[in-house]
Amino acid sequence: MFNTALTISDLGFLAQGALMTLAVTAVSVAAGTVLGVIFGVVRNQLGAYWSAPLTLVLDVFRSVPLLIQLVLGNAFQSIAKLGWPPFTTSCVVLSLYTAAYCTEIVRGGIASVPPTTRRAARSLGMTWWQDMRYIVAPLATRVSLPSWIGLTLGVMKDSALVLWLGLIELLRASQVLVTRLQEPLLILMICGAIYFLISFPIARLGGYLEKRWSND
Amino acid sequence: MIEIQNVRKSFGSLEVLKGIDLTVEKGEVVTVIGGSGSGKSTLLTCINGLEPIDAGRIMVDGTEVHAKTTDLNKLRRKVGIVFQQWNAFPHLTVLENVMLALRKVLGLSKDKAEEIAVKQLTHVGLGEKLSVFPTRMSGGQQQRMAIARALAMSPEYMLFDEVTSALDPQLVGEVLDTLRMLASEGMTMICVTHEMKFAREVSDRVAFFHKGVMAEIAPPEALFGAPKDPELQKFLAATH
Repeated sequence: MFNTALTISDLGFLAQGALMTLAVTAVSVAAGTVLGVIFGVVRNQLGAYWSAPLTLVLDVFRSVPLLIQLVLGNAFQSIAKLGWPPFTTSCVVLSLYTAAYCTEIVRGGIASVPPTTRRAARSLGMTWWQDMRYIVAPLATRVSLPSWIGLTLGVMKDSALVLWLGLIELLRASQVLVTRLQEPLLILMICGAIYFLISFPIARLGGYLEKRWSND
Repeated sequence: MIEIQNVRKSFGSLEVLKGIDLTVEKGEVVTVIGGSGSGKSTLLTCINGLEPIDAGRIMVDGTEVHAKTTDLNKLRRKVGIVFQQWNAFPHLTVLENVMLALRKVLGLSKDKAEEIAVKQLTHVGLGEKLSVFPTRMSGGQQQRMAIARALAMSPEYMLFDEVTSALDPQLVGEVLDTLRMLASEGMTMICVTHEMKFAREVSDRVAFFHKGVMAEIAPPEALFGAPKDPELQKFLAATH
């Protein structure tokens, strides 16, 4: 009834690909979020005029297709003789791409905290930093979380493009198996299921945090 | 003592304070009345340095508020302010709202901060609401929490900026009662208000602001009983 040439070791190969996807995503989202928070705060502090150069650079990362960024990034590291392995190049490019989106999310989150609330904090003698740490950060995080979860899931799927730099992540691993076994339907279904298994807990975590923070 | 000397302040081309002079002694209650846009709220935010001023100076116990060398965060522990919008920290419970600055600004231990916070909240009648989130309370309760939050820092001066203006009419009374209680305890206060009856009752002096100028200042009996300034006469006729 159901015949397949897929073996356990093939599944192991897919799992390795999934691990690569997870690694690239984890590094990029972590680094991109840290950068995004820094850029977002800077943009908020400087105002639209003084942060225009930063905004322009980030707009480039948001508007140029990721594939082109990866290829150009790889060419750049090669010309600059940085000698980066594909994993590093992929993570650097994907981090900047994530940071560009995260900056906007953070900026929006900070802007959502009413200036009057912040003024109340300062009027109690809190420093700028204390206001940011104890008032703005928790409130902005609540507002930004859904968008940030969306960004993380998006980056996880977009990370498939690093296969163009030669990394064997989940999608590339599936392609290899499809080419060899000629069973695209089954293999792509498994591949999709693995993507779902990775995404689902992240989405659920978001839902859980949202509920926990709703003061109920 | 708060000394305000010839203070000028503009927002863009609009001059909202046109040379204000006012001295408030320790223990005195001064209320400021006047129409919208008369500059009265701006003056309060200038007193604790939340707004810069363009000319003149403001001294609090001899410290010039807007001098570059003044540590504003330190000064603000001395000068509490409560705003029209109560500005609760929505992610913190009522108790945590009051404890936050005690812990982080004054560096008190958790136990000590909690002790002070509970005392202040009980004082304003919120002793039963400690673990409630502010968004679950009425505006009047949130405003009283904001007052307790400011009082917990044991300020020597309190500024109240139209603290009842955003409240439903039936909630105004409870907040005014809290202010009356403070006044009777000898707190030095400057209250910007639209509540004429309240101003008449608690004030040592009442100041009338009109278009960025302090048009008249006098004890309440004189100011309400025999207003001299024609704009004040109009204002009182319109509010009565």
